[in-house]
Amino acid sequence: MVRILGFLVGLGFAGVLLISLVTNLAQYISEPPAPTAEHEFHLHPKEVSFASDGPLGKFDRQQLQRGFQVYKEVCAACHGLQYVAFRNLEDLGYNEAEVKAIAANWQIEVPSINPDTGEAATRPAIPSDRFPHPYANEVAARAANNNALPPDLSLITKAREGGAPYVYSLLTGYQAPSEKLLEEFPSAAPGEGLHHNPYFANLNIAMPPPLTSDGQVTYAEGNPEPTVEQMAKDVSAFLIWTAEPKLESRHRAGVASLLFLLVATILAYMSYRNIWAEAKRKVAPKGPLDPEHMAHREDAKADAAAHGRGVEG
Amino acid sequence: MSFAWAKPYEPTTALGRWMDDRLPLPRLVYGAIGGGYPVPRNLNYLWNFGVLSGVFLTIQIITGIVLAMHYYSFTGGAFWSVEHIMRDVNAGWFLRYAHANGASFFFIVIYIHIFRGLFYGSYKAPREMVWMLGLVIYLLMMATAFMGYVLPWGQMSYWGAQVITGFFSAFPLVGEPLRVWLLGGFAPDQAALTRFFSLHYLLPFVIAGVVVLHIWSLHIPGSSNPTGVDVKNEKDTLPFHPFYTAKDGWFMLAFLMLYAAVLFFLPNALGHADNYIEANPLATPAHIVPEWYFWPFYAILRAFTVDFIIPAKLWGVLAMFASILLLFFLPWLDRSPVRSGHYRPVFKRFFWLLIVDVALLGWAGGSAATPTVVAVSQICAAYYFAHFLIILPLISKFEKPLPLPSSISASVLHGEEEESAPYGLAKSDNA
Repeated sequence: MVRILGFLVGLGFAGVLLISLVTNLAQYISEPPAPTAEHEFHLHPKEVSFASDGPLGKFDRQQLQRGFQVYKEVCAACHGLQYVAFRNLEDLGYNEAEVKAIAANWQIEVPSINPDTGEAATRPAIPSDRFPHPYANEVAARAANNNALPPDLSLITKAREGGAPYVYSLLTGYQAPSEKLLEEFPSAAPGEGLHHNPYFANLNIAMPPPLTSDGQVTYAEGNPEPTVEQMAKDVSAFLIWTAEPKLESRHRAGVASLLFLLVATILAYMSYRNIWAEAKRKVAPKGPLDPEHMAHREDAKADAAAHGRGVEG
Repeated sequence: MSFAWAKPYEPTTALGRWMDDRLPLPRLVYGAIGGGYPVPRNLNYLWNFGVLSGVFLTIQIITGIVLAMHYYSFTGGAFWSVEHIMRDVNAGWFLRYAHANGASFFFIVIYIHIFRGLFYGSYKAPREMVWMLGLVIYLLMMATAFMGYVLPWGQMSYWGAQVITGFFSAFPLVGEPLRVWLLGGFAPDQAALTRFFSLHYLLPFVIAGVVVLHIWSLHIPGSSNPTGVDVKNEKDTLPFHPFYTAKDGWFMLAFLMLYAAVLFFLPNALGHADNYIEANPLATPAHIVPEWYFWPFYAILRAFTVDFIIPAKLWGVLAMFASILLLFFLPWLDRSPVRSGHYRPVFKRFFWLLIVDVALLGWAGGSAATPTVVAVSQICAAYYFAHFLIILPLISKFEKPLPLPSSISASVLHGEEEESAPYGLAKSDNA
């Protein structure tokens, strides 16, 4: 009965699936899907490496400080960093006083209340504050940005396929749409307020090119030239840190855990071989399977008990 | 417990005897996972995944309890609290990555455990109850994992909840009211998040309870083994402790290395980038995909594209539920008395085809639904149902199995060096 019912159910599902398959095939042949501009002109992120890559990767603190400078001078006008606190900047190598100064001098003040009247007010940031939002709310953000919403950047390198290389590629990928693209897909031309960028999923992004010229940000002495590529790379590295501030502890803990597990595995394997040797070998067993050994052990235990001593194992 | 020669527990200390007379807990443990449980001596490494799944259940419960101390089940703060765990809680990043990747590894282990059962016929008499209780655990795991994925309240959490609870609305008449009742609203919101959190905390303990029943029912006939031949006498078995504790022990540590490598060095590789964006009911992600362990079922769901008598969506939902429920009937669908796939030449071929089929379904479920992907999932889903409901019953009727070894100890001796014969006794007895 079970088998007959099962047979019918199986036939039913398989049959409807094959009908679906044939219907789809017929439709595919009669009306092949039109190619899309995204499908043909979207580019994968560029190859770019960061100091934090790989299982032993560590942050390059100089680079993170440069990236923070780019964020502060370029990105922060529109993009928030709501999960990061000023105190976290100590991870970048700033000391307490420097962090205090960065917070106090931050371009946007933190929402607060007037202590006398209780009315809404703002105050300078302190290290325990998280980075204040650049806009009061989403409506204000959209109103200031041609109805586009600049995303918060705290997690951006984890919240986009491709991670930091994607951010780097996007920042350095602005270009005029190719003639081939415009010829094949005239509708893919960037509309009002949009900018062509082949690394962006639908090829047209609302964000204007943020890094436009070499030297846009002035780096302190002893740092590399602030070319557009260098600034993009530095800010991408900084955004790896904002998304994963505990990356270095994680890598360190990973190496230690693997070493510990390796030693433990080797020891456990040797003990396994040792225990199984008697079950696998022809030679007279020693250990728990050997009746003589067990009897001997019992004698030893009794003997030890009689003499008021314990016996090992 | 299971065999006449199982060693009874004998307390060796005064305290042990005192305890044994009052609460024989050590006796229970000794009989379950100690020297008092005789196990076939020929188990291969695929038999380690049962113990390993218990290890991962434990990891999930421990990390989960600590995470729950720092998590807020509040739609306005859930995502924030996860970032708080990642940034401000001591070793919070470790707990969260251990839990998130622990879920993936739990499923890896369970899938290997299930396919081991499928190949070696572990579902056959007298172990039908072991198999069915295992499937209950698997269903509970799926519910737990789904609700756990909703908790961080990211984009995939939200839209995954939207899609999966949407399954229920496929049923005529009762569907939509049922969905609203389950969610506590018309869309996933505070009511849904709070109840998912409550149930996500509850279900692992229900799983632990069913695990006890699973092991209890296993210990009645005892473990199956790669030959599928019944245990005949003491020479066929070894006491669980120290033999299998040692084998499980080293293998567990080796497997934990793989887990640690992913946890510490690729913690987000098995997740989806969109779940690092806070849930937004007004912005639908370009591709909504569940976690990888649900991909084969998601592919089956999406494979039905034609309204044949009933709507395609209802076909998909019915098929998806049926794809798991049919496994409950497996002991009666496959009536070959031979358990092990090693001695079933035709079954073996189809088994490997099933593995490829499920892998392809997984790939299709994780990809965007292009015409090629949909076509692959249709062919593979059709094979999935045909395999269990049509091919397997037919094979079991017409297949001629290979000769079975006369006993487990004979099979251990067969074709191997003399040294590998157990005790050297088996040779004279069984050659």
